[in-house]
Amino acid sequence: MGNIEITLNGRTVSVLENISILEAAKRNGIYLPTLCHHPDQRVKANCRVCVVEVEGVRNLVASCSTAVREGMKITTNSPRVRETVRTILELIFADHPQECLTCIRNEKCELRQIASRFGINSIQGAKTANNYPVDTSTPSIVRNPNKCIKCGRCAEVCHHTQEVGVLYSHNRSTEIMISPEYGKNLSEVGCVLCGQCAAVCPVGAIHEKDDTDQVWAALADPGKHVVVQTAPSVRVSIAEEFNMPPGSIQTGKLVAALRSLGFERVFDTDFSADLTIMEEGHELLHRIQNGGVLPLITSCSPGWINYAEKYYPELLPNISTCKSPQQMFGAVAKTFYAKRSGIAPEDIYVVSVMPCTAKKYEAIQPEMRSSGYQDVDAVLTTRELARILRHEGIDFSMLEESEYDSPLGTSTGAAAIFGTTGGVMEAALRSVYEIVTGETLSKLDFSEVRGLEGVRSASVDLKGKEVKVAIAHGLANAKKIAEKIKAGEEDYTFIEVMCCPGGCIGGGGQPYGTTQEVRKKRMEALYQVDSDMPLRKSHENPAVIELYQEFFGEPMGELSHRYLHIERAEEAEAVI
Amino acid sequence: MLAMPIMMGMDIFMGTAEIRFIIKQLGGRNAPLLQVLLAVQDAAPQRYLSEEAVNEIARLLEISRCRVYSTASFYSEISLEPRGIHLIRVCTNAPCENAGKQEIQEAIERELGITVGQTTTDGLFTLESVNCLGACFMSPAIKVDDTLYGNLTTESVVSVLDSFRKEQCHGCK
Repeated sequence: MGNIEITLNGRTVSVLENISILEAAKRNGIYLPTLCHHPDQRVKANCRVCVVEVEGVRNLVASCSTAVREGMKITTNSPRVRETVRTILELIFADHPQECLTCIRNEKCELRQIASRFGINSIQGAKTANNYPVDTSTPSIVRNPNKCIKCGRCAEVCHHTQEVGVLYSHNRSTEIMISPEYGKNLSEVGCVLCGQCAAVCPVGAIHEKDDTDQVWAALADPGKHVVVQTAPSVRVSIAEEFNMPPGSIQTGKLVAALRSLGFERVFDTDFSADLTIMEEGHELLHRIQNGGVLPLITSCSPGWINYAEKYYPELLPNISTCKSPQQMFGAVAKTFYAKRSGIAPEDIYVVSVMPCTAKKYEAIQPEMRSSGYQDVDAVLTTRELARILRHEGIDFSMLEESEYDSPLGTSTGAAAIFGTTGGVMEAALRSVYEIVTGETLSKLDFSEVRGLEGVRSASVDLKGKEVKVAIAHGLANAKKIAEKIKAGEEDYTFIEVMCCPGGCIGGGGQPYGTTQEVRKKRMEALYQVDSDMPLRKSHENPAVIELYQEFFGEPMGELSHRYLHIERAEEAEAVI
Repeated sequence: MLAMPIMMGMDIFMGTAEIRFIIKQLGGRNAPLLQVLLAVQDAAPQRYLSEEAVNEIARLLEISRCRVYSTASFYSEISLEPRGIHLIRVCTNAPCENAGKQEIQEAIERELGITVGQTTTDGLFTLESVNCLGACFMSPAIKVDDTLYGNLTTESVVSVLDSFRKEQCHGCK
């Protein structure tokens, strides 16, 4: 692409051809306001707050949807532009509840930030009060249509990125609404609870169900031994909530922050991710050696499990019977850890910090009570943990780094990369290769399975036996793989599927502002965590080895089946 | 939204086979959605798209139910609620507005005891508004089913309604 010259507010500048006026302005230090625009999404141009004046064009044009042309004279700061944008904003405000003080989104709200920037101190026109019911039908996501500004970002991510398609705009003009068909609740349609809608919503119209109160209550209860586990991806994203750049690795401060909140033990989901590799790796070998159902598909991502149950029930026999690392942790905490620490399992309260809204649903499923109690008691997203820390006035940047407690906080680099697309596959390959061949891998990095390409495949040589593997992330890509398996087109042996784009680093519960660029930085950070670890293979995790010696006996053994695996019922019926 | 009366003696169920046939006629899986919606609505006994029809269209066109509903709810031509036997559309565009559309509409509402968007309790008439009938030369105009009626007065519009009532009565006997 070549460069062209345009005039921006009287200044002649050289910009790349074919980019939008919005982008050209940004590259020249002018940030035009946006609401419906999202860097990862297609242009919608429906909110109109980014309008600018172009010489020779009668009407103002939306800068997000208009490409620059040679010699174009653009004005972003004329009285006409200013007045128009202010009017558009006032129209949006007139239809928006004035509940900012009590809104969960509060200072993180994009609309509020724009309001503050434009200094709008009065709202012209009649206030339209909406009184639609708030959808609290799921344990993961709350949808408040009254706060919706109809930007369409949620519909776009639901239809295009995830291809689940339960949110879309309905009716027209002043009656327009974004919701499932017939205004149904999310629990009544094929929602998989991935939370990508909540992650892209610019306001407080869709958000995670807030479970912070539950956690406060447990921490305040002297009869409870409250332990916490942190998902691999949270250590590379939480810092963004405290104004550090994307990709900051803040494991030590994360542990310190949790300790300062009063958790008795700060443990790590990375520990149970290593455990997952032991179980899933052996399950894979077992299926290969005994003619089991192949390809084996990973089961870590609850959004993917929900999707498979609803849309591809015929693939359930392919999905690993392993619980996710979150659930394995809960089961181990309330059995092995309870026994070892001499604390009754009913007194142990397990909190998870997850990048994920679907994990809230997973934790309360009836099959997730193998310890005799709900294995994981409460699930907080990264955003909820950040809210708790802000509430407590904890200065994240000033925390002195701390280390995870043992034994359930001991992990390897293989576990850390669970948080990115391709990571579970790579972790599994490292262990399966060494277990099958009895040889030590000379190079631990399986770069062929890394990256952000939507669907990736590779062939791995297990000492004479070629194993074809594939990776998909984002449900639109998962669907492509699922269709291939259904059609019998590919002879994959092992497939990793993550519901969210980028894997957990792009989860629906991650800090706001997640874009492809941000995902890339979080991903690089996780590979850095991995390469910095002294141990990088799950089967070398000393705490996991000890767990087998003292408790489970062997992978895929009787106790493993009872606590770490579930029956994947085929009774589920496709909803669509 | 109004509660719909039960239409006596009418088959309210439209078979999925019929929807399948319509979609096949229009090109199968790639059939244009709007055409499918209009064709299915025309064939439906109560000239509306039922939820079952929306779901079946989504399944056959391999698009989300939400999208089908979105398109159906966008166009005033398409109804998501059962309609009466006769569909009255009052033109609301400027020429009709200037020629006395408001009085005509009120006369119809008075006569039928319903407002725009509603169906009479006997299921005979549904009253809707339309943005333009393309009949400005005979404004104010309304359309009943496929027939245009123009240059209406508050009296003549009532006799138009009467003619449909009489026709329905003959049908009964």
